[in-house]
Amino acid sequence: MLPVIQIGPLSLQAPGLFLLISLWVGITLAEKNAKNYKLSADQLSNLILIALVSGVVGARIGYIARFPEAFASAPRNIVSLNPGLLDITGGIAAAIIAAMIYGQRKELLFWDTLDTLLPFFGMLAIGMALSNFASGNAFGMETDLPWAVDLWNTKRHPSQIYEIFAALVTLNVLYPPKRIAQSPAGSAFITFVAITAGYRLFLEAFRGDSTLIFGSIRSAQVIALIVLALALWGLEKIKMQAKAE
Amino acid sequence: MQPTQRRLLFIGIVALGLAWTLFSADKKGNSTAGLIPAPQAGFLAPDFTLETLEGESITLSDLRGKAVLLNFWATWCPPCRAEMPAFQQAYADYADQDFVIVAVNAIQQDNLAAINEFQAEFGLSFPIVLDNDANVSRAYQVRSLPTSFFIDKKGVISEVVIGGPIAEALIRSRIEELIK
Repeated sequence: MLPVIQIGPLSLQAPGLFLLISLWVGITLAEKNAKNYKLSADQLSNLILIALVSGVVGARIGYIARFPEAFASAPRNIVSLNPGLLDITGGIAAAIIAAMIYGQRKELLFWDTLDTLLPFFGMLAIGMALSNFASGNAFGMETDLPWAVDLWNTKRHPSQIYEIFAALVTLNVLYPPKRIAQSPAGSAFITFVAITAGYRLFLEAFRGDSTLIFGSIRSAQVIALIVLALALWGLEKIKMQAKAE
Repeated sequence: MQPTQRRLLFIGIVALGLAWTLFSADKKGNSTAGLIPAPQAGFLAPDFTLETLEGESITLSDLRGKAVLLNFWATWCPPCRAEMPAFQQAYADYADQDFVIVAVNAIQQDNLAAINEFQAEFGLSFPIVLDNDANVSRAYQVRSLPTSFFIDKKGVISEVVIGGPIAEALIRSRIEELIK
């Protein structure tokens, strides 16, 4: 756990810092990947930038919609830099909508664009795992295994380290891309989604902070299982389509 | 790989995933950390008893049933100064709705005269307690000032905010969630 990096009088929030560095590396790798898919690196970086800015604005609007009274008392906080005033669902929805509009206007090929963005999503997954490691979120459940870590006076699974390792391996397996010409468009991205859902489903079992449904079932595993099934179905569909063409 | 083999493989993977979900279900309640004291969201807030400026004792566990904002601060810390008016305003607005602020002063890095002056300057009406031996700061692993803990009515930490100043809207929205 490393929530704050202290440099003299300056306190840097490590979780946010790790996430920002990962995003920056992800954008750089995606731009490099653009030429593998014969896309414009400029258009791709514009797409990411528009999605990120729209995501932040959408997240703030979503938060204001959830707590209008809080902002009625402090209207200046509408433009506050405080990252706590963001609604994740609103942000993701706004980012997707803005990216879709930009992509349609620039006539970007949907699946090729997602394949090109794979290293960006891969670095995002690594950044989120590093961020959780720094903040202590997504901690593991108790264990007496030899590699357990001492967290709040209890030996626990190093669940964040499992997640970092899985995200790193996933990106390393899928990037740089191999045999692009033989693979149908979208297969790299959908494979990434399937592997990510697969390791989330597996690793969630070692978490100590799971939200439970039906008494004992971990909700994140149910979501991951649905995403995994959809990704495998999608993979099969695009392979069959490519074969038919 | 033949399409039929591939489909069987995919069905097998999903079936394995389903089996793992059921096998790894949390039957023992391992993922409920709310009963263990630790300075982390999802855990029970470590208990303490400290004296206020007026010499009264405040025990955190006695505040169960109320949402608590536990703020670690010092008079010399600029972001602590910057967020105090918002804390006072929120306290004035929500004190009658089962909400309380406990401001823990890092007295080892501060002095009583400065604290009294600070309290008067900002018109603070919520309790300020003195962490004389820094035991509470250590228990909450406070690494920088200000650090704030939002604690729900059951005494479980819902959020830790390191650094500041916290936006007033953030304080209000978190309080509204906690007093529901």
